[in-house]
Amino acid sequence: MDAEISLTVDGVPRRLTVDTRTTLLDALRERLGNPSPKKGCDHGQCGACTVLLDGDRALSCLALAVAHDGAEITTADGLAAGGELHPVQQAFIDRDAFQCGYCTPGQICSAVGLLDEVRRGWPSSATPDLGAAPDLSHAEVAERMSGNLCRCAAYVNIVPAVQQAGGAGGSGRGTGR
Amino acid sequence: MKPFSYARPADVAEAVRTVATEPGAVFLGGGTNLVDHLKLGVARPELVVDVRRLTSRAVVDLEDGGLRIGAAVTNAELAADRRVRERYPVLAQALLSGATGQLRNMATTGGNPLQRTRCVYFQDVTTACNKREPGSGCTAVGGSTRNHAILGTPGVLPDPTAAETCIATHPSDMAVALAALDALVHVQGPAGERLVPFPELHRLPDDDPSRDTVLEHGELITAIDLPPLAAGARSAYRKVRDRASYAFALVSVAAVVPGDGEIRLALGGVAHKPWRARRAEEILRGAPLTEHAVRGAMEAELTAAQPQPGVDGGNGFKIPLVQRTVVATVRDLALEA
Ligand SMILES: Cc1cc2nc3c(=O)[nH]c(=O)nc-3n(C[C@H](O)[C@H](O)[C@H](O)COP(=O)(O)OP(=O)(O)OC[C@H]3O[C@@H](n4cnc5c(N)ncnc54)[C@H](O)[C@@H]3O)c2cc1C
Ligand code: FES
Ligand code: FES
Repeated sequence: MDAEISLTVDGVPRRLTVDTRTTLLDALRERLGNPSPKKGCDHGQCGACTVLLDGDRALSCLALAVAHDGAEITTADGLAAGGELHPVQQAFIDRDAFQCGYCTPGQICSAVGLLDEVRRGWPSSATPDLGAAPDLSHAEVAERMSGNLCRCAAYVNIVPAVQQAGGAGGSGRGTGR
Repeated sequence: MKPFSYARPADVAEAVRTVATEPGAVFLGGGTNLVDHLKLGVARPELVVDVRRLTSRAVVDLEDGGLRIGAAVTNAELAADRRVRERYPVLAQALLSGATGQLRNMATTGGNPLQRTRCVYFQDVTTACNKREPGSGCTAVGGSTRNHAILGTPGVLPDPTAAETCIATHPSDMAVALAALDALVHVQGPAGERLVPFPELHRLPDDDPSRDTVLEHGELITAIDLPPLAAGARSAYRKVRDRASYAFALVSVAAVVPGDGEIRLALGGVAHKPWRARRAEEILRGAPLTEHAVRGAMEAELTAAQPQPGVDGGNGFKIPLVQRTVVATVRDLALEA
């Protein structure tokens, strides 16, 4: 069954007709020609499809497009608007935080969302004191990024990249501690 | 995926009416469980009724000192709420121990407690499962039982062909905390509103494993109330799992010490519903919460436990594990005092 929806994708308003079964991920990739979010598992388990949905990181494979009519979506592609890399993208390059790169757009959107959540003071299960402002310790970043699997296991460099982008300095390439 | 119609009603009353009058209709919250089930063929609705933008997305103070959580509040927002972190740490900890940042941004207060079991046979439409296909039998008995129930089951080796057999567990962390907090669920149905005490929301399989809760078709959760706790009250959630993050609980414990000589204990990962350890609570009433006392109380609670054998080694490990997890959780709470 078809439905007409509008989405703003990486700043560009789009109108499209979708089957009600279409996920946001398939709408982006198959209908709007934006291959930046990746289909890893299609079941909410890997994080490769992570986008910013109305500002918050979310899994586009578990979102029905029709349920997000009017939404504003930012993909990793849209973070480099105007050709200038987002600090998180730059940090992933500086820290060599990927190998094959398949999980990377999801990792990057997740990291952008994570840094925003930390700025808002949102705790994680690695936050030692629920009442205190969270930091960007290794444990915090690893916990908050646990929804993004990397088949190449670039984790040791992903954590410092996120720390660098968050202004925490990071802890040296490759150490991961 | 089977085709379905989609509706976004104007208000709660219309949503309830729409689902109540269409047997093939389901509510959609954040979609993190339902959309997965649409793909797997576990859910095959004719009509999906979107309620995510219909109920409140606010956490408000109640006059008695408690909190009312709108059904559309996300798991992430709720865990970050100052009042929840300060007054109901057991709930903040349970939420934060569940799923991931992305999923918690999508998952809702109404949807989380109604997520369905992660039993692999329930999720695999090629196998027999009384919960998915009433009367088809239970493939879990004697299969992979590591994640299955030890309490409230029909027996050590239930008849896998019987229509009432089901050894699934309820997977929600949030629900375990809400059971220990004696939360109240606001339910809107075609005949009006009713309040369901959270510990009574979920049910045991009994004669109908297809039903997870006491809710009737068309009943919508609109809000959940947290009753007030006294200023000195303490609470904590502890989850044991196969990985440090991003895994469902093997067992979990929500403990609330309200400060009036009572203790409330709810256990996750051990039964078809969040399991209030009423027997242990009764034994511990008014008693000093020593390790010895808590261990003894849990021994009594677990006398009825039925470990399930399985091709993966079974789930007998859960009996000592949940007992020790309760002891450790209560010990840490006592240290806080
Ligand atoms: C990979 C993965 C890992 C996860 N790990 C964990 C974990 O460790 N711990 C944990 O607790 N959870 C975990 N989850 C589950 C997640 O928490 C749930 O999927 C989520 O909370 C469900 O909420 P929702 O709003 O997305 O529900 P939906 O998927 O929208 O709905 C779930 C069910 O509730 C019904 N429903 C929704 N809203 C209402 C309402 N207001 N009234 C009545 N019925 C309603 C729907 O019809 C559906 O049957 C995990 C999920 C995934 C995919
Ligand atoms: S593709 Fe969405 S989480 Fe794996
Ligand atoms: S870089 Fe290859 S999967 Fe992550």
